[in-house]
Amino acid sequence: MFTKPGDTAQLLWNGELTTRGRLYRLGLGLAGGPVLWLGLFLLAPSVVLIALAFAQRGAYGQIEWTATLDNFVRLAGLGGDRWTGDYLLILWRSVWMAIVTTALSLLLSYPLAFFIASRTPRTRYLLLSLVMVPFCTNMVIRTYAWQLLLSRQLPIARLAAMLGFIDAESSLYPSAFAVYLGMVSTFLPFAILPLYTNVERLDWSIVEAAHDLYASRWRVFRHAILPQTIPGLSAAIILTFIPAMGTFVVPDLLGGANYMLVGSLIQQQFGASRNLPFGAAASFALMAMTLAVLFLLRRHGKEAAREG
Amino acid sequence: MEGVGVGSSPRRAVGALTQGGGELEVRGVCKSFGEVQVLRDVSFTVRQGEFVTLLGPSGCGKTTLLRIIAGLEKADSGQVLLSGSPLCGLPANKRPVNTVFQSYALFPHLSVYENVAFGLRSRGMVNGEVDRRVLPSLDMLQLGSFARRYPHQLSGGQKQRVALARALVNEPEVLLLDEPMSALDAKLRAEVQIEIRRLQRRLGKTFILVTHDQDEAMTVSDRVLVMREGRIEQGGEPTEVYEHPVNRFVAEFLGLANLIGARAEDGVLATELGRLMTHQQPTWQRGTLAIRPERVRVWGDEKPPHNAVHVMIRELIFRGDHTDLFVEPGNLRVRVPATAGVRAGQHVWLELPAEHLQVLAD
Repeated sequence: MFTKPGDTAQLLWNGELTTRGRLYRLGLGLAGGPVLWLGLFLLAPSVVLIALAFAQRGAYGQIEWTATLDNFVRLAGLGGDRWTGDYLLILWRSVWMAIVTTALSLLLSYPLAFFIASRTPRTRYLLLSLVMVPFCTNMVIRTYAWQLLLSRQLPIARLAAMLGFIDAESSLYPSAFAVYLGMVSTFLPFAILPLYTNVERLDWSIVEAAHDLYASRWRVFRHAILPQTIPGLSAAIILTFIPAMGTFVVPDLLGGANYMLVGSLIQQQFGASRNLPFGAAASFALMAMTLAVLFLLRRHGKEAAREG
Repeated sequence: MEGVGVGSSPRRAVGALTQGGGELEVRGVCKSFGEVQVLRDVSFTVRQGEFVTLLGPSGCGKTTLLRIIAGLEKADSGQVLLSGSPLCGLPANKRPVNTVFQSYALFPHLSVYENVAFGLRSRGMVNGEVDRRVLPSLDMLQLGSFARRYPHQLSGGQKQRVALARALVNEPEVLLLDEPMSALDAKLRAEVQIEIRRLQRRLGKTFILVTHDQDEAMTVSDRVLVMREGRIEQGGEPTEVYEHPVNRFVAEFLGLANLIGARAEDGVLATELGRLMTHQQPTWQRGTLAIRPERVRVWGDEKPPHNAVHVMIRELIFRGDHTDLFVEPGNLRVRVPATAGVRAGQHVWLELPAEHLQVLAD
């Protein structure tokens, strides 16, 4: 077998006498599995999906491998005789709903993370388990449970009716309120957990230093607490925003036809409509938008950190 | 709304208090964390411009005491008075007292300049004025060229100087230092100790330092308060505490000491080394005497007239500027000049001078 001059030279690696060649083989052995996994189940499907976005639907729902921009043209609303903003509205609504869901989740979980972290270890784990409990039930079941809870005979809807938010004898769903309720309750744990791990390891001496240096409550928060929770916040944003962008069960069940999101659109195209290429194009748009928003957030975050 | 209110009141409080003499008095402070009593009726006074060290092993309550003075912890009972007026009602952000934290606790997202300016900005100072006070402070601690750097770009010693500048720029009545040198390596620490001492002298401010390092305590302070289990065991000038420790704990914590068990018999003290005379009269029947290794005198073949002990040099440890001898009987440590010319196995006469033989309380 051909070996390079360096391959057989003895070298010390973490206290072990070995050769460069042996190290390479060890590295390949360790990294090989994950690389193969990602290649087969992430990279390859993505390539197929992107290729599919430029294909066409045949008359019977089969795929015709052509190179066309038709799917994207249709997505932009330019497919028919006149321009229509339907699909763009769906895309925009998805982004907006994901942003609002993320913002609400952060707003709720930020103080909650501090509350949990300030309890005794026993209570802390109890509370964390309570946060995790929803994970253990199926999302569809949970969403149906919300439907029940918000239906017109039950106290929540009655209270809303009494306060004049809805007409008497009507239920609270389908509505934007119900969708956000369902979305936030689904994604809240994803925001709490990274924030909690961050808050638990907060350096409180910096907070004390701010107090010691005459800071008002706002200044203490702004300079001693917020900068320290940036890592937790960005993790929470990523973990809620990405799944919120692609979700379709919750808005479908709680929002009705008026709240169609890109997730539902994709599901419909791959399912009932059997228009795989158009579904792929919508998926492609979803991916691009998600990456764009995350990129903007990241750049903004870096600038904010630099400004101090 | 709230920001304005909180922002303006500390300035008033600080202004009002800075006109006093700056004498700090701690009166009967007690503190418990759950079942554990951390401070038991601690009282002491620090004069204006004095450098006082709270010295003790970890867990003796020294840091808690400092935090109570800073307003970061609340005493269960007792009072802290500055220039005669009680501080206890005031939260940390309204006390004319600043702290240098053990971990420095610099704001990681702020530059050195902004870290130092933080306290001034909290009190609503305008940019020009901030500049006029921050720049001299940075220069005073040789940080002028680091103003635009961030904490993560600084060495331990530089961070420590930033923490000092950040506290001192507010011109506090009292500066509290919580083991500020524990993160520095030995050589740098020795330099910084002398620097801090000089800085304190120059500014004439009251400094209170917490440390478990007896060398540090003796290097920097006008007065050392030795603490154990929530009490002050002994307080006094470094020489006083070193030369005349009151009990075994102080004798052993501050420097090295030979402890000799003794029995009082008709005005003399009987020990395993023979009968010894002291300048002080013991109040006990059975107790302990202490003598510093460098106070033991080596006579050689000649027998000293008083407190003579004949010993064999068991071990000899060369320490550069001096040599430590371990002798039998009594397992005494004797410190002699490196050039003393003694050797292991030699039999010599020692004198334990009566004036240096300390009668301990326990």
